[in-house]
Amino acid sequence: MIDRRSGPDWFAHAVLWTGILVMAFPVYLTFIASTHEPSTIANGQMPLVPGDKLLETYWQTIFVGPTRTSRMPVGAMMVNTLVMALVIAIGKICISIVSAYAVVYFRFPFRRTAFWMIFMTLMLPVEVRIYPTYNVVASLGLLDTFAGLTVPLIASATGTLLFRQFFMTIPDELLEASKIDGAGPVRFFVDTVLPLSRTNIAALFVILFIYGWNQYLWPLLITTRADMQTIVIGIKKMIVTADALTEWQIVMATAMLAMIPPVAVVLLMQRWFVKGLVETEK
Amino acid sequence: MEKRAIFRQRWLPYLLLAPQLAITLVFFYFPAGQAVWQSFLIEDAFGISTEFVWFENYQALFAQPQYYRAMANTAVFSVSVTVLSLSLALLLAVMADRQIKGANGYKTLLIWPYAVAPAIAAVLWLFMFQPSLGVVARGIRALGIDWNPLLNGTHAMILVIMAATWKQVSYNFLFFLAGLQSIPRSVIEAAAIDGAGRTRRFWTIVFPLLSPTAFFLLVVNVVYVFFDTFGIIDATTGGGPAKATETMVYKVYQDGKLGADLGGSAAQSVILMAIVVALTAFQFRYIERKVHY
Amino acid sequence: MAEVRISGVRKSFGDVAVLHGIDTTIADGEFMVLLGPSGCGKSTLLRIVAGLEQQSAGDVSIGGRVVNDVEPKDRNIAMVFQNYALYPHLSVYDNMAYGLRVRGTPRPEIERRVQEAARILELGQLLQRKPRQLSGGQRQRVAMGRAIVRDPQVFLFDEPLSNLDAKLRVQMRIEIRRLHQSIRTTSIYVTHDQVEAMTLADRLIVMNAGHAEQVGAPLEVYERPASVFVAGFIGAPAMNLLRARVAGGRAMAGAAALPLPQAAGLGEGREIDWGVRPEHVELAPGAADADAEVAVDLVEALGADTLVHARLADGGALTLRLPGTTRVREGDRLPLRLPPAALHAFDAASGRRI
Repeated sequence: MIDRRSGPDWFAHAVLWTGILVMAFPVYLTFIASTHEPSTIANGQMPLVPGDKLLETYWQTIFVGPTRTSRMPVGAMMVNTLVMALVIAIGKICISIVSAYAVVYFRFPFRRTAFWMIFMTLMLPVEVRIYPTYNVVASLGLLDTFAGLTVPLIASATGTLLFRQFFMTIPDELLEASKIDGAGPVRFFVDTVLPLSRTNIAALFVILFIYGWNQYLWPLLITTRADMQTIVIGIKKMIVTADALTEWQIVMATAMLAMIPPVAVVLLMQRWFVKGLVETEK
Repeated sequence: MEKRAIFRQRWLPYLLLAPQLAITLVFFYFPAGQAVWQSFLIEDAFGISTEFVWFENYQALFAQPQYYRAMANTAVFSVSVTVLSLSLALLLAVMADRQIKGANGYKTLLIWPYAVAPAIAAVLWLFMFQPSLGVVARGIRALGIDWNPLLNGTHAMILVIMAATWKQVSYNFLFFLAGLQSIPRSVIEAAAIDGAGRTRRFWTIVFPLLSPTAFFLLVVNVVYVFFDTFGIIDATTGGGPAKATETMVYKVYQDGKLGADLGGSAAQSVILMAIVVALTAFQFRYIERKVHY
Repeated sequence: MAEVRISGVRKSFGDVAVLHGIDTTIADGEFMVLLGPSGCGKSTLLRIVAGLEQQSAGDVSIGGRVVNDVEPKDRNIAMVFQNYALYPHLSVYDNMAYGLRVRGTPRPEIERRVQEAARILELGQLLQRKPRQLSGGQRQRVAMGRAIVRDPQVFLFDEPLSNLDAKLRVQMRIEIRRLHQSIRTTSIYVTHDQVEAMTLADRLIVMNAGHAEQVGAPLEVYERPASVFVAGFIGAPAMNLLRARVAGGRAMAGAAALPLPQAAGLGEGREIDWGVRPEHVELAPGAADADAEVAVDLVEALGADTLVHARLADGGALTLRLPGTTRVREGDRLPLRLPPAALHAFDAASGRRI
């Protein structure tokens, strides 16, 4: 109430709603497109309201797949993507939390070195070491496998840093009390540290799930078989350059399906999502 | 920095660290080392003979006009996306911060694009701007502009910039909003009592206090544009038309794809690595220093 | 002329009424303290005067001008916040100069005023530092400096000392009083600490749940509290209050027959709250002259004073404050004199002074 302004702040609301509509517009169009005949779309005649092909298109997309390109039911692709995302998220959390625990609660030679080695990986996103990493995976025989898809992405530093930062804020007195109570390191971890870390784990899970689901470059390189495709790659492969052949309604339906899980996670777990974003960037 | 209370076991920490370190070594450092090594070699297409050539790959790279083209593309791309997404996000955040109630509602409505894969975002924008069937494209052509990102390099770049900005705005918005909300209300009230009107308050008090956030976002955005936009480019323009949207990262992918120039691709990777290291180091050095209470 | 006039000010947040109609006038140059417990509405009232909140009804005028619709920046006021609200990114000098710069004051004038304020508050050495490099007391002084420099019509203080440690608080309280003596700007000061109120106020308003219970000079409020609430709030340790019934010229509190104060309206059978301050209870020379007798439960020997917690024959509690040299032990029986001039009576139902 610092400035006298009678009534709500119209200008601000207008700007915000404009922003919201602009953000939503592409998705809206996508939804519309997924409910129409392909010919309507290809002719450039697509109206701005939904058509009547919703059930038909989605059914075909999920269970049959595009007819002219890969014939992979998108439903199966979604399963692949889900598995990948979950494995990456859960795997990353497990590995980084125990690493952080080791680094914080123990003293041992090369402790610092180990930490720095992990930390430095922040500076090596996959895009800068594309082909050599590919070669390693290939020579391990892991192409076109879930292991190859997920394991190389599991060990990055963000989780470890987050947990380390959090563990540093746990009072020493808790550990001392536990020791007096007779707890060893494993006990302390399971009984005390883990429960305390719950919100951080939830927050990290949201971020990592999205990260895993949306992976592009890596699955593109590693998977060639149609049945190993993730949904994000699947879409790309559906868009043939001679776009008269692209079944746009299926592409758009696939896009909707590809967007729903991560967006749902963000909306349902918004608080953790925000916390996760803010914490991992510090 | 150090915990006072610790455990004494010697072998347990190694066990705990093993998975992460193993994966890190095998899938990070080894390939990175390989890339560096490879950048000093020339291999023939079959990998039969290799020759150590010191910096020849690098020299060849810098002699290639296409490499400079890629650098220019990357620069144009980065600057545009960063400037656009930061300013739009700041505007939205300031407007949202003005709402006493409802700020959270707006937050929900504006942050979800973060969850959309860059490649998907690209497909969405591609769809809207497809010269023949895109809804928006139709509108533009109706205005008389011959919009065609398939043929026109500038149009293609604009398309990619829009898609990348769309995604990034929500991330920046979130951080700006958090930054704005962390400024104590009483400081703003004090400025109001001191006689500063809304605009003046913003530029003399709010914006300076927001500058650590802004700075941090600047670096993050640049890194994002450099690397995370691979999917956007691949899904829309494939680096075209005629390499108009080929950024440095994309070039690494293209050049190595057929195994034709592994040495050159490796050299490019090494250069990119150096850039990331520089950016990250910069971020850590300068951001840590500027935090107000 | 910087008189502040508050007429019929009410404030509700949604359905919750926070201020129930406050009327008072603060004279030019007066230091008025708004005193009361948390949640009584004192800060809200202050913010309404500042223009940071809009009242639901009533008028506020400053210097003869009604300011209901005037923005804070045009009300010619300055405010010192509880958490100082210094601009974190500006130096002490720039913090103080900010308001002047905004108003387009010429640089030499700014320099003069800031230096003057710095001199008064002993901030000369700190002018180039940033707030995070200052201690709590120093930040407090910068906040005051920022207010002084503006040379406003009214100073507003929102519990400025509550974030300081006890010793610093005592020191700062005296400094604020000295400041007011030299500068003499109309001031409104909010606090929940009655010692601060008593030290600083020319007059004070005791507030409770959105009502002004009493307005008056500190000693007046101390000697003649207008209600049970005020009686219990002012003075430490608090006034002894016992429920009693008037019977035969005495106040019957259970089995004890206590003297009555000199007041009209103490009719036979009336239910009252009978009160006496611990410091006004005297020891009688002997049991024969005693108005009442108590048994000692607990003694606090504080050095300068001795606080005696005792009880009357039927259990009613009385606290006495005696000179530190008095030697009393638990279990002692003490005869007391209760001079009628020091006694208070309040209507049991309404709490108001009789």
